This record gives sequence, structure tokens and C-alpha cells, in this order.
Amino acid sequence: MVIGTSPPRRDGMDKLTGRSLYSDDLRPDGVWYGATVRSTRAHARLRSVRRSEDFDWSNVVFVTAADIPGLNVVSLMTDDQPVLADGLVRHVTEPIALVAAPTRELALEAVRHVLVEYEDLPALFDPLVAEGHGVRIFGEDNVYKRIHIEHGTRTNTTAHLIRGRYTTGLQEQLYIEPQSMIAELRPDGGITLTGSMQCPYYIDRAVKRMLGHDRVNVAQAVTGGGFGGKEEYPSILACHASLLALAAGRPVKITYRRDEDLRATTKRHPAIIDLATLVSSDGRLLELHGRIWMDGGAYHTLSTVVLSRAILHVQGPYRCPYVDLEGTVVATNTPPNGAFRGFGAPQAQWAMERHMDRIARHVGMDPLALRRLNLVVDGDVTATGQTLRNPGGFAVLEAAERAATAPVKRKHVRPGVVGAEMREGRGVALAWHGCGFTGNGEAKIRGTVGLELRGNQVAVLSSSTDIGQGTETIFPMIVADTLGIPMSRVFNTAHDTGFVPDSGPTVASRTAMVVGGTCEKAAQRLLRALREAHGEGDFDTLAARAAAAGTPMRVNETYEVDASVQWNPDTYQGDAYPCYGWSCVIVDLRVDVDTGEIIYDRVVTATDVGKALSPVLAAGQIEGGTLQALGWATQEEVVLDAQGCMRNDRLTNYIIPTALDGPEMVTELVEIPYEGGPFGAKGIGEIPMDAPAAAVAQAIEAACGAVLDSLPMTPERVFAAMEAR
Amino acid sequence: MLRCEAPVFRPRTLDEAFAMRAAMPDATVLAGGTDVMVYLEGGVLKPTRIIDLWGCPGMRELRFTTGGQVYGAGLTCTDVLRAMHSHPLLRDAAATVGATQIQNRATLGGNICNSSPAGDTLPVWLALRAEFELGCVRGFRRVPASGFWRGYKKIDMQPDELLVAIRVPALAGHMHFRKVGTRMAQSISKVVFAGRYSVGKEACLAFGAVGPTPMRCTAAEAALVSGASINEVVSLVEQEVLPIDDIRSTALYRRKVAGRIVRRWLDNLPRA
Repeated sequence: MVIGTSPPRRDGMDKLTGRSLYSDDLRPDGVWYGATVRSTRAHARLRSVRRSEDFDWSNVVFVTAADIPGLNVVSLMTDDQPVLADGLVRHVTEPIALVAAPTRELALEAVRHVLVEYEDLPALFDPLVAEGHGVRIFGEDNVYKRIHIEHGTRTNTTAHLIRGRYTTGLQEQLYIEPQSMIAELRPDGGITLTGSMQCPYYIDRAVKRMLGHDRVNVAQAVTGGGFGGKEEYPSILACHASLLALAAGRPVKITYRRDEDLRATTKRHPAIIDLATLVSSDGRLLELHGRIWMDGGAYHTLSTVVLSRAILHVQGPYRCPYVDLEGTVVATNTPPNGAFRGFGAPQAQWAMERHMDRIARHVGMDPLALRRLNLVVDGDVTATGQTLRNPGGFAVLEAAERAATAPVKRKHVRPGVVGAEMREGRGVALAWHGCGFTGNGEAKIRGTVGLELRGNQVAVLSSSTDIGQGTETIFPMIVADTLGIPMSRVFNTAHDTGFVPDSGPTVASRTAMVVGGTCEKAAQRLLRALREAHGEGDFDTLAARAAAAGTPMRVNETYEVDASVQWNPDTYQGDAYPCYGWSCVIVDLRVDVDTGEIIYDRVVTATDVGKALSPVLAAGQIEGGTLQALGWATQEEVVLDAQGCMRNDRLTNYIIPTALDGPEMVTELVEIPYEGGPFGAKGIGEIPMDAPAAAVAQAIEAACGAVLDSLPMTPERVFAAMEAR
Repeated sequence: MLRCEAPVFRPRTLDEAFAMRAAMPDATVLAGGTDVMVYLEGGVLKPTRIIDLWGCPGMRELRFTTGGQVYGAGLTCTDVLRAMHSHPLLRDAAATVGATQIQNRATLGGNICNSSPAGDTLPVWLALRAEFELGCVRGFRRVPASGFWRGYKKIDMQPDELLVAIRVPALAGHMHFRKVGTRMAQSISKVVFAGRYSVGKEACLAFGAVGPTPMRCTAAEAALVSGASINEVVSLVEQEVLPIDDIRSTALYRRKVAGRIVRRWLDNLPRA
């Protein structure tokens, strides 16, 4: 058995030694370089878009919306976003035109010689103002979606009413490798796209609809991180590169510079969350009323699904007999927000965990005792009426508490810190995270995996990409153990839509749990097929017979949704997720009361992963996600100018944690198996994003009394909160 | 991705460097390159020619004279951290610059001549009453650190001059360095402070990132020397600094933190 051990990751050595070829390293013969002419206005009519006459255009191609052969739409959920602006721009950095040239420098120079005349329109930046405003960005009322859930029975006992508002800001995914895509013309007049991506089939569909024909295939290049930022956005680069390749009659590559990537691409949705609870005097939740507003930006992207996940997680891992939740995601004239690890759940649980601390303050209880009192147990029912079976809240809480009894080793601090200004604090937070798609998502997607016998080796064909999380390693482990052969004889093929089936997108903590589960079933099907064709025997015997017979052997397996899972997308009632992961985070930090700076000394996490398929990869996901969450908590702030354009568009001023900012991490993997996952595995990609920020806020409060209900808790905000005490 | 076609000139002696500088006043001078490379990548610098002082002999030594130390302008932060007898205040500053890779290339002279108001080592020179030794084909002259930064990115240096060395007198007193950034490495100062105080005799309270140039709070210094209370000194510091709001922080935060740093230091000094 290789499952449960940690073999070296398949892509590890090439990445470590610099041999991996990322999209920007690939240089097809005759490749030209593409660049994008972008809006400098938040909301404007385009009077004219023309090429300056004082520039030599002879060696440059130029493309506008008029050159699009099919639909001028970035296909995703709603056809509202154009590939290139056609008469109107709704956000700063919106693509207006494209150029390509033999060198990047010439392409960038050409961009500066495209003249755009604007007629400015009133622009809206605040979702609370934009909702129902007369200036139209989307539909009748600038509302992408409103979701309402009501469940349970109202209380008739006297109770404390406790209200609070909690907010979160934009966050950039900050994959190490910026967005990059190459389009090449095929001999049949079609196009091959190769690039940095999470979801080849999203791009496949988007480019086909834009071109108006099906002669398209999409292949993933080695991808340097995604975190959701390469879920839907790469479709835009793919459409752009395709248009330029057609115009130039040669391959075209588009690679964003970091500053362009920061200004133009999607971010985490900012949220404003009002919570009001009725709580008994002994601390039990009786009613939860929640109102969520999210800023979707100028186009829909995946906003309605992000809102959905926010609303389904806002209750947190707590029992509440009555819930009344309403969420609204609103259009504004800012660059569209999109997928980001956690997908609405981190914002929602930041709010609920802060609210639990507010309740604790109000009723005079210890924050942890309050959580224990309300933490869900077997048989409790969620806001959607789903009955929870064997929830892991207490298991992760106990595992984290056990690990946190070890003394904290305090980190070395900067020179000049006297000592007396550093105040220690500890904070605890809990979270749950629905694994896989919401509701009937998997039933709609019907993700498929192919297995192909090649001699005595087995190829895994899927569209599930490796973006650092370990797909190239995990799938072969699952298949090898199911077939009873060494892992060295199983490998993933390239993720190319020309020959792999659609396994669904690489998102939503679903790759190992759902597609990995499909790999397991596919391997069982392969064994059955071999036995039917070649009699009894182990895999090696049967593979040898198949090879001798010379008949190709290929099976496809499609994910089947458990029939007992019921979901009504109209009422939002039923089984919201097939299973939930659980996490508890205990943060030990110090606050510098002179400056509001935070030193993270230790973060203990305990996470229910179902089954750690590869403990090293699982811990890697959790530790990386935890550090990303700490960045969201105290460092990462997007500063916008008057047009809604990101001003701190450099790694020197958009601050994410470095290795030196990272705390000691103690990572406890708790295994409560999910019978629907391979070997019991649950999704783990996103849950590490959920709890840390709230644990940090509680720790800051414990250290210095400053109460912060807005993210990010930058030193400036911590300082102001201390002054306001 | 980074392309620069400008010819690069590498002097083999200090005299050759002066001659090159005199012949090419338009050239960009590169020491460690940790600022120049960023400017090139960002497209804000389009050099015609580059004089590369990295490896120019005679500029990377730490010497001792009667009454003080002389730091070669080409010494890197790592050199400072490795040298046995480099000044503790300078060591503290060098240790907070960028991260290891940056410290390996970043030079003392580069930090001084780049003259960013947020340069991490610059308040140290003010606190230590340093003199900058400038050289050119016409000869040498010395400029006190306190008069070198004339305005935002304006320095007292002629087009044919190069910074050769920094002279630091031997001084007694309490010393303190403190940098405030948002993270532990690769962080640009929001407030940076270097202080020196000989009780009843002399005080220097020098800041970076709170004004258009590195600056001293002279009124607060005078108050401190004359025995004013810590509250009075801190209040003067808060009045004297000239911070602005920018994408890194706010004026209010910088002003108050400047005061807090001074207060914490003075509060913790051993009572005379």
C-alpha cells in the first residue's frame, strides 16, 4: 500500500532543479508576443479606439471586438462579460484591444500607441450603494443574485440580542507564476492552447464559443499555483491569444507582468456581514439572523456560487434552532472578483467566529467554553435541513488542544525591540467546510476519468490539473493501490482536452475526493474488464494476456452521485454537501503595542481530512493555506485609486507573508473517514483558509484588548483599535 | 524578460572610476544593483550607459583611524554583518535590509546615493555624525550626513563625483535602532529610527520614512539634552516629523509610531 505513505511528489525534482517548463518558458517557432490595451476608466462609453499615426504598425497586429468570429463572450455562468469591450467599459483594466508583435517590447510599445477616447459615466464602487442604484452595471438592480434561507423554529424564551457587523477586504491569490497562455494554429485551421490553468475544459468551451467552431484543444503547461486565480480567468487570456494567433497567422503568447496581473485579474470577494443572534443567558444560540453583501465587481464570473458557499457556511460549526439568512452579491465598477481558495466560506466564518467572541464578551463566558457549548454533534441539523452524521468538531478541538499544551517557543524578533512592548496572546477558532460542489453540482458535471492499459503500465486520463496540490502524485497512488501494483507503473497523461475526458474543474476541494474517488472506481472497472476478457488472475497476469492479445484496453468511469443525497436549489434545502471537513486553529502570537505589529510564534491546526492519502502533501496543503490565511488576516491589503485600480501593484507593496513571518506550525491530521471518498479521504484544499483569521483576532484581543472586526488587521488598524480602547 | 542594451563600464581602479564618471556624467552608477535592477524592470530607468562599481578595488574595506572608522562605500550589508568590529547600530540596520540575497548585494554607498527617504541605513549615519567622502578627478571633499540629503532624492553631489567612503567618529552614549515595516523580511520601512544619547551632553534622534529625506528631530534632541521629560521629548518628535499618507501607511500612524519608539527607548534606558 502506498496510500497513507508519502512518496516523493512526481513533479518535485523537476521543479526543484528548474527543469520544469512553465508556459512562459515555452517558445514555439515563430512565436509572437501579445499585449492588452486596457481601460483607464471605471465606467465609460468608448468614443473611439484607433491606432496612433506616429507609430510603425507594419510589424504589429491589432485586434478589436470587431475581429471576433463567434460570440464576444467569456463563457462561464452568465454571458455578461465580453472578450473585448464593445462600446462600453465597466471597470478599469477592462480589455479593449489587443496587439501582438515579434518582441514583447514592441508589443508593449504598440499598446502605448493605441488611442482610446472615453465618455465617462457615473461609476459605483460601494456594493451597498450599487444595490438597486439607477446607474446600471448588471440587470435591473445590479444584483447578481440574492439567496434566502430560513429554517427551524423561532424561540419563545427571553434571550440576549447581540448584533455585529464584520467586514473583509480584497485579497490577491498571488500564484508565483503570473497568468500565461500560448495559442498555436493547427493544420486543420483550429487552435491549440497551452498555458497556466486549473480548468482546461472551461477554456475549451470559452474559446469554442468565441470562435464559433469546435476545432480547439487545451493543454495545461506546468502551472505555478492557482488558488482559484486560474479557475476562470485564464479563459480570457486564451480567447485573446487565439484572436491574436488568427490575426498574426502564427503562435502568440501572452504572459502578464506581475503589475498587470495584480491590477487586472480577479481577487477574493470583499464582504460585509451583519449578524444578529438571540442567545440564552447560559450561552446557547437560539436564533441567527444574517445579512451578507458581497462585492462581485463589474462582471458575474462565479459570484453567485461564491455567495452560495458564504451563506451555507455562515452558521459555522454551531447548532442553532432557527436561522434566517439572506445574501446578496452586487455589481460594482471594479475589476471582477472571482474564485479564491475557500470561495466565500472564509469571509462568512470570519464573521461568525468574531460574532461568537462578541457573544462571549456579552454574556461573560470564556470564548472557548461558548464554542464547546454550541458545537454541533451527531444528529444536529444545519440551516439547509441536512442532518450531520459524525461531525468532527470535538475531535479537531481536542486534537488541537492536546498539541497546544506544549510550551510555545517564541521567535526571534527584530533588533531594537526592547521586550516590554511585546504582549502575548492566544486565540482559538473553529471551522467547517463543505467538500466538493454545492448541492447537485456533481450530478450536473458528471466528472469522468479514463484509464488506459499501456503494456504493463496504466495511464490516468483526467482534466484534473496539478497546480501544486499534488494531483500527479495522488491519482497514481490511488490507482496503483486499487490495482495492487507499484505506483511506478501508473502515471497521469498530459491534461489535454484533445484526448482526456472532462473530469470537472480543479476546484472546490474536489480533486482528490471526487475525481480521486472516480479513479478508484475506474481502476476497479479496469480489473473487471480485464477479467471478463482474459479470465481470472492478478493484474500482472491479465495485463500480460491483454498485451499478447494485442487488444487495446480503455475504460471510462463517471462519478455517480449517491442517490440518498437530496438537494433543492430553489429552496436551498437538503444536503448542501456530501460531507464536511472540520478544523480547529490555535494561534499564539505577540502584539507590539507600540506599533501594532504582529509576531506569529506558533499556529496549531487540527484538521479532519477523512484520510491522509499522502500525509506530507496533506500537511503541505494545510500549512500553505494557513500561511495564506495569516496574510489575509494581518498583511494583505489592496489599495484602490479613484477609478478602482489597484495602486500597490508590486510585490514590494502588496505584502504577503515571507518565510520569516511564518510561525512554527504544528499540523495535526485527524481522520474521520468519508465513505464516499477514496480510502475515506475528504477535500482539504480550502479548509485551512477558514479559521486562522478569527483565531488571530481573538489572540490580538487577548494580548492587548484591541477588538478588530474588519480584515485585514494591518498594524495601522491594530494601532487604531488599541487607541480606541 | 528584463532587457537593457546600455553598455556597461567596469573601472579597475578608483582613479579610472573617477575618470569614467567625469567623462560620462549621464551614466547610471551601479553599486550592488539592488535598486537599479528594480528601476530597470519597472521601466522607470532607461540608462544610456552604466558604470558598474561592483568589484572596484579600494571601496570594500572597513578601516580604523585614530578617532573612528572608515567604511568603504562598496561594503555590502553582509560585509557589515560579517565584520568583527562594524558598528552595532549599523549592524542592526544592515540586518533588516531586504533579505539575505539583497544583503549580499546591497551596498552602503548605494543606499546613501539612492537617497530613498525610507533607506534603512540612512538614519544611522545621522545618528553617528558620519561624514561622506566624495571623490572625483578634481580631488576629494567631505560632506556631513546631516547636510547631504537636500530634498526628496536630492543630494549634495556633483555629476562627476562618486561616494568613496563613510567616516564615523568614535562616539559614546546609548544607541538604539528600530525599523517598523509590515513583515519580517523584504519590507520597506514605514518608520525607521536611529538614536544616540549621551546623558546631559548630546542627543541625536534620526528618522527615515517620515519625511522627504532622512531627518533629525532637533528640537526634541535639544529638549532631551536639557533634561526635559520624556513626554515633552515625545511630543516634540511627533511635531517635528513630516510623514505623509501613501500606499504603505498613513501619516497619523507614522507620526505616532515615531513617538512611541522614542518613548520606549528612553523609558528603558538605565537611570543615571
